[in-house]
Amino acid sequence: MTEPIVNDLTIQAATVNGSGSQTANLVLTRAIFKMGIPVAPKNVFPSNIEGLPTWYQLRVTPQGHMARKDRIDILVAFNAATWRDDLKTVRPGGVVIHEEAYSTAEARQDLVYYPVPFTKLAKAKIASETLRKQLANMIYVGVVAGLLGIPWEAVEHGVRRQFLSKPKAVQVNLDAIKVGLDYWQDTFSKKDPYRLEPMTGKVDGKVLVEGNQAAALGALMGGVTVAAWYPITPSSSLCEYLIAYSDRFRAEPETGDKRIAVVQAEDELAAVGMAIGAAWAGARAMTSTSGPGISLMAEFAGLAYYAEVPVVIFDIQRIGPSTGLPTRTSQGDVAFAYTLSHGDTKHLVLLPGSVEECYEFGRDAFDYADRFQTPVFVLSDLDLGMNLWMTPEFKYPEKPFDRGKVLSKEDLERLGGEWGRYLDVDGDGVTYRTLPGTDHPAAGFFTRGSGHDEHARYTERADSYARNMDRLNKKFETARKAMPAPVMDESAESQIGLIAYGSTDVAVREARQALADAGRPIDYLRIRALPLSTEVAEFVRRHERVYVVEQNRDGQMFDLIRLALPPDLVGRLHSIRHYDGQPIPADAITEPLMESEKVTA
Amino acid sequence: MSTTLNHAGLTRDAYKGAATTLCAGCGHNSITNHMIKALYELGVEPHRLAKMSGIGCSSKTPAYFVETAHGFNGVHGRMPALTTGAQLANRELIMLGVSGDGDTASIGLGQFMHMIRRNVDATYIIEDNGTYGLTKGQFSATADLGSVQKKGAVNTFQPIDPCAVALTLGCSFVARSFSGDGKQVVPLIKAALAHRGTAVLDIISPCVTFNDHDGSTKSYSWVKDHEESIADVSFIPFFEEVHVDYEPGTVRDVQLHDGSHILLKKLGEDHDPKDRKAAARVIEEGRAHGHLVTGLLYLDPESVDFATTEKLPAKPLKDLREDDLRLSRADFAQFMSEFA
Repeated sequence: MTEPIVNDLTIQAATVNGSGSQTANLVLTRAIFKMGIPVAPKNVFPSNIEGLPTWYQLRVTPQGHMARKDRIDILVAFNAATWRDDLKTVRPGGVVIHEEAYSTAEARQDLVYYPVPFTKLAKAKIASETLRKQLANMIYVGVVAGLLGIPWEAVEHGVRRQFLSKPKAVQVNLDAIKVGLDYWQDTFSKKDPYRLEPMTGKVDGKVLVEGNQAAALGALMGGVTVAAWYPITPSSSLCEYLIAYSDRFRAEPETGDKRIAVVQAEDELAAVGMAIGAAWAGARAMTSTSGPGISLMAEFAGLAYYAEVPVVIFDIQRIGPSTGLPTRTSQGDVAFAYTLSHGDTKHLVLLPGSVEECYEFGRDAFDYADRFQTPVFVLSDLDLGMNLWMTPEFKYPEKPFDRGKVLSKEDLERLGGEWGRYLDVDGDGVTYRTLPGTDHPAAGFFTRGSGHDEHARYTERADSYARNMDRLNKKFETARKAMPAPVMDESAESQIGLIAYGSTDVAVREARQALADAGRPIDYLRIRALPLSTEVAEFVRRHERVYVVEQNRDGQMFDLIRLALPPDLVGRLHSIRHYDGQPIPADAITEPLMESEKVTA
Repeated sequence: MSTTLNHAGLTRDAYKGAATTLCAGCGHNSITNHMIKALYELGVEPHRLAKMSGIGCSSKTPAYFVETAHGFNGVHGRMPALTTGAQLANRELIMLGVSGDGDTASIGLGQFMHMIRRNVDATYIIEDNGTYGLTKGQFSATADLGSVQKKGAVNTFQPIDPCAVALTLGCSFVARSFSGDGKQVVPLIKAALAHRGTAVLDIISPCVTFNDHDGSTKSYSWVKDHEESIADVSFIPFFEEVHVDYEPGTVRDVQLHDGSHILLKKLGEDHDPKDRKAAARVIEEGRAHGHLVTGLLYLDPESVDFATTEKLPAKPLKDLREDDLRLSRADFAQFMSEFA
C-alpha cells in the first residue's frame, strides 16, 4: 500500500434522484465537518422529481478548498444506470464502493473495489418496508465511515444535526448506518490509502450555509417587507427560506400578524410588478428568480429604472439559453441583467462571491436600491445558492437602514412645498421622492414610464428627455463609486493578473495556490459589482496580461471590461471560460492559463 | 366654481387634475368627471388616494383628476400587480385603478383575474370601448362578435365580458355602467371605493374617433337603445344618515365595511345583488337578448381582502423600522449557531 492520504480526498456518491440519498450525503458531510475537517459539498441533481441520476460530491481538504474537483478519489456507486460512466471519473488508484450485484466484468483494473450487497443488507436488516429504500442510503454512510475511520460520535452528530426537527428519525438512521459499518468491519481489510483524522483550528467559528439561506437572512436583516416570487429552480428556496424565517422572526405570537408579505405571484411579470408597486409605496421590496424569470421581468425592470423605483431582484443564475439546464449552474445572465430592458436601460448589479456576501449583499441591496432609487440585481448562482458552504458566522449589521432621499410631510412644510421629483438639487443625479400617503398637498406626483420632466409632468420635449437621461447617467456614475469595490490581492507582484467574480472565486483561489506552488504566483482582482469600478482598468494597467475567468460561453464580463478599457489596454485582456453547467474546477483555470503563458512567454 | 366644502374640508376643485388630452367627446372624459364627483362627495383625502393605471387612453386619465394625489402609470396590462404591491406596502391607501378593455381583457387578462382571486382592496375601473384608440382603432378582446371597425373590418371573435369573468372568479363587487349615465356611475364608484376587496366596475365608454358609428356595439346610440338597468343605485356614505324614502319591498339596503350603505331601487326584475348565480343569469340573459345590463350585479359585503388574508399588521408595512424588522442580536446569534 502507498503512503496514506489524510484529509485530502473527494468522495462522489452516484445515486438515484428522490431515493433519499441527499439526506445520507448531508449526514456524511456534517459528520466529517464535526471532525474539524473543512468540507465542500456539491450537489449535482437533475430537473426531475424521482428516478433520474444524481451525484453528490464531497470534497475534503486540509486547506479548505471549496471548488469542485473533476477527478474523484472515492466513488460510491449506487445507481446501476450510470455505473459504467461513473467509473471513468475515478482517478487511478481510487476507491469504488458499489452494489455487489453490479457487473465488474469490464471494470477498470487500476481501482480498489469494495463490493457491498446493499439491497440484501437492507432487506435483511431494515425491518420497515416503507423506510427501506431511504435507509439503504444510510448503509453506505456506514461503509464510508468504516473505510475512512470516521468516529462514531461524529456520525451520531451528523444524524442528530440532520434530523434536528425530526428527533424520532435519529435512531432508525443510526441503526442503518451501523449495518454498513458492521459490514465493513466484518468483511473488508483496508486496501487503499485514504483516511480521515480529526483536525483542530480549521473550522472554528465556521458554519455550513446555503447561499439562498444566506440571501434570505440578508433580505430579512435588510428590512424586506414585501417579497413576490414565482417558483423557479434554483431560486425557489430563497423565498421558501424567507417564508420559514419570517414565520419564526416576523410573526406576532398573539395575533399571528406578520410584519412581511411574501406572495407567490401568478408569473414573474406579476412578481416583479408587485415588488415595484410595493417599493413605490415605500416598502422594501424584492423578487427572486432565475434566467427565464428575468427574461419576463425585462419590461418592468425598464420601468423601475426610468421611473426610478427602488427594487431588489435576486437572480440565482442557471444555465441557458431558454430553459437550458435548469439544475446546472452558470454566470450567464451578467450582460443581460446589467442592461435588462429596451432603450438605454442599465442597472446596478451586485456579484456575491461567497455565501457571506450573499448575506451581506442580500441585506445591503435594499440600501443601494433606496439610495439610488433604482433596481438592484443580486446575481448569485445555483452553485452558491443551493449548495452548502463552509463560512464564518455572519456579522450583525451595525448600520441603520439607508432609506435614501425621501421627503416627509415636515420636509415639505420646511420647503414650502417647493420640490421636483426629478430635480437634481444635490448635483449627484439622485433626486428626492415622496411616498404615497404623505399628508401634504405638494407631496403627490405622477410616476410614469413615459417621458417626464423634472416635476414628473408628461413631456415629449427633446431637451427634457435628453436632460433626464443625462441626469440618470450622472446618478449611475454616483452609484459606480458607492458600490462594493473590487477585492484585490497583488501580493504576488506578478505581471499576470486574474479577474473573476461570483462563485468562480473559490476556483481562482485554488488555482492561484497551485500556480504559486509551481513557481508562478499571480495577482487577482475580484469584481463585486456593476457598473465596473475604475479600479478594474487600473489593475489591467498594472499587469501585462490579465485573464478574465467566468462561467459562461461568451465571456460576458470579459466583453464588459473591454468596453470599459482605454484602447491601449484592451489587448492585455484574455478570456478563460467554463460553461458545462458544473461548477468550475481549479484545473479549468490553471490549464488554459499555463497553455497561454507557454505561447506568450 | 363650487366653494362648498366636503367632508374632508375641500372644494370640488381640489379633485380636478390636468387638462385632458383625449379626444373631445370621449366617454373617458365623462368618467373622469364622474370620478371627480364621487371622490369629492365621498370626501376622500387626496393624500390617501393612489391612482393606478396601465397603458392606453384610459390609463392616461388618472392625470386628469385629483392632481395632488400620487399616481402610477405603469406598463401595459400590469396595473393589478403594481396595485397589489402598493396595497401590501400601505394598506391605508385607497387604491383606484383605471384600465381599459385592451389593458384588462387583452394583454392584462391574467393579472386582472389574479387580482380578483386575491381580492386586493382596490377599485378597478375598466373604461371599455372595445377598441385600441392610441394605436388607431384595432379591436380589443371586449369587442362584440360582428361589430364593425370604422374602416369596415368585422370582428370575428367572441368578446370577453370582464363582468362575467370577474363573477366566475368570485369577485366580491361586480358592476357595469355607461359613461353617459352619471346618475348610475357616480354612486357605483362611491360604493366600489367603500367596498373592501376588489371592486370591478366595467363602464362602457364609446370611442368617438374609432368606435362610435353604426357598426359598433359600444357606440352612444347602440348603448342608449340597448341599455337595461337592473336597479337604480344610491350610495350613502358612512357619515350620512340613511333615509329610505322608497316604497318598502322595492328597496334593498346593503351595508358596506366602513358603515356606508348602498340602496338599490328595483327596476324590472327583482335582482338580488348578493346572489352570484342570479348575477350570472342576468348577464347571460342580457347577452342573449342583445341587451347591455347595467347596475350593481354582485356584491359580497362580507368579503375578506388580501391584506387581511395575508395577516398584515394594522400599521402599514412601509412604516416598520429596524426594531420591527431585524432579528434581535440574541435571536441572530442563536440562529447562526444553528447552522453549525
